Amino acid sequence: MSVRRASVGLAPWCFVAPFAVLFVLFTLIPLVQSVPLSLSHTFGPSASLPVGLEKFASALDDPRFWVALRNTFLFAAGSVFIQLPVSLALALLLNRRRLVGRGVFRLLFFSPQLVGLVFAGVLASVIFQKQRGLVNMALAAFVEPWHDLVAGGRLEAWIPSPTEMLALPWLETLALPALILTALWMYAGFNMIYFLAALQNVSRDQLESAMLDGAGPIRRFWHVTLPAIQPVAVFVVLLSIIGSFQLFELPYVMLPEGVGLQDRGLTIVTYLFKSGFEAGDLGYAAAIGWMLAIILAGFAIAQRLVSREGALR
Amino acid sequence: MMPRLTARVSVGALAVYAVLLIASVVVAVPLFYLVVSSFKSEADFLDSVFLPKGDGLFGVGWERLTTEQFRELFSPPIGIGRAMLNSIFLASVTSVLGTLICASAGYALAVYRFRGRAAAEWIVIAALVIPPPLLIAPSYRWLYQLGLLDSYWGVILPAVAPVFGVYLFKQATVQSLPRSILEAARLDGANELSLFLSIGLPMLRPMVGAFLIITFLAMWNNFIGPQIVLQSASKQPLSVVIYLTQTSYYADYGLLMAGTLVSVLPVMVLFLLLQREFITGLTAGAVKGE
Repeated sequence: MSVRRASVGLAPWCFVAPFAVLFVLFTLIPLVQSVPLSLSHTFGPSASLPVGLEKFASALDDPRFWVALRNTFLFAAGSVFIQLPVSLALALLLNRRRLVGRGVFRLLFFSPQLVGLVFAGVLASVIFQKQRGLVNMALAAFVEPWHDLVAGGRLEAWIPSPTEMLALPWLETLALPALILTALWMYAGFNMIYFLAALQNVSRDQLESAMLDGAGPIRRFWHVTLPAIQPVAVFVVLLSIIGSFQLFELPYVMLPEGVGLQDRGLTIVTYLFKSGFEAGDLGYAAAIGWMLAIILAGFAIAQRLVSREGALR
Repeated sequence: MMPRLTARVSVGALAVYAVLLIASVVVAVPLFYLVVSSFKSEADFLDSVFLPKGDGLFGVGWERLTTEQFRELFSPPIGIGRAMLNSIFLASVTSVLGTLICASAGYALAVYRFRGRAAAEWIVIAALVIPPPLLIAPSYRWLYQLGLLDSYWGVILPAVAPVFGVYLFKQATVQSLPRSILEAARLDGANELSLFLSIGLPMLRPMVGAFLIITFLAMWNNFIGPQIVLQSASKQPLSVVIYLTQTSYYADYGLLMAGTLVSVLPVMVLFLLLQREFITGLTAGAVKGE
């Protein structure tokens, strides 16, 4: 042992040194500085005044902070309860034996993930417009025959007219649904890859014997497939929540003023960014950052508890 | 019995293909819309959803498609060529430096027993859970104090030492590099650097390829870093320039779509070309990581 240590000399430290220096400079120092910064009132990057916990207190008193928190929670719920089931469904479909074109489908579903968030936001801001936007025009074309069918009748009030559809304010009051749909387009195929990998752990034998026992597709999914992919599913849910809570570029680029009408699309990180760089209050931004970190730590601990409970059972 | 069974199977299969095709259309339509809108004049953008109507093949006015938007994009005052070079520069430098730095650190953590190794490993794992938004405000002030605002290095240096990269390369080295090979080469008198360059990196090749692509993509699509660090227009990459174009030329959709297409296309093509490298690297890590 001592002989080998002598022979490699300082090599290990030399290999780690570039990483260590950059990590200390650009992760550790900002991390440590975020504590005093969150306890200060700043005037741009150069001047600051210590104010204790005032920034945290004012965040808790700040209605916009609560709106941002609520919106972010709802967006995360949309990711977990809408996007992930779609990802899992796509994975189950692609996991069929003897599927022709599996590689092409997988590549196509994955491809929106390559579009950067800023660029996807610009595209979405055009597609979700009133009147000329692709989404509203498609919806208008869809309701038109139904609306014509019931025109003048009692049902007319129940079926929206094409004009109403063209006026749907996705980027203004419907900002959250628009964000959830855009994220669905971008990430459903990405999470599908995790589920596809997990489905390789499902035993064909168990599925076949369940089939012989007369279990239908739903019961087979519930009792054989789901337990087998549970560890990956819990992990994907956690990643999805953590990612959702950091939502920023999409709304910032897509929505008017980056927030939509009356803050309907304001997220925590958008508020952090606007506080730090538009209002110039870096202390407030750091305090919001710490509250975000605490919330995410809560989710991570919850995930630990869930998977430990699963392991015990 | 047999015919009925095959009939049922094919009905099920048809349903599966139908759903997959619908999903494909939903995924592809926005991308198709992006491409088509880039080649339409302002009047045609307002006049037609996808391709302009006309007397050409399939009732499309092919002759009305125009590259005017691209000409406007690449000439002043927008001059998007400069932003493209900035994106290429930032993404290439970051991916090469980041891969070398993470690979050498991960390799060392896996191969050597040295004082401070346990601490370094613990720090890498702990740092994985730091949410990046927490560092936005303090990093900005710190870069200001270091005098790195409005310089390329202010964007590059914070991005070339991602802890998850060190973690990935450490795992890959543990799984794909037998220590005995290193011992044998060492007895032949090879020094540690040449061991890393001639044995370590080649054995880690799939992970090196995948990580180059991941870091390139991440920097190409990075917005927050360049947006807060780079103030001079001449230094800004596509992500910032497209965002600014959107806010200042909001009504000119064709121009905006053309700019977005120009920003998205290079990475899409790159990914398609290097797809196998990318997937091999990722699946190698995942399968062996089990």
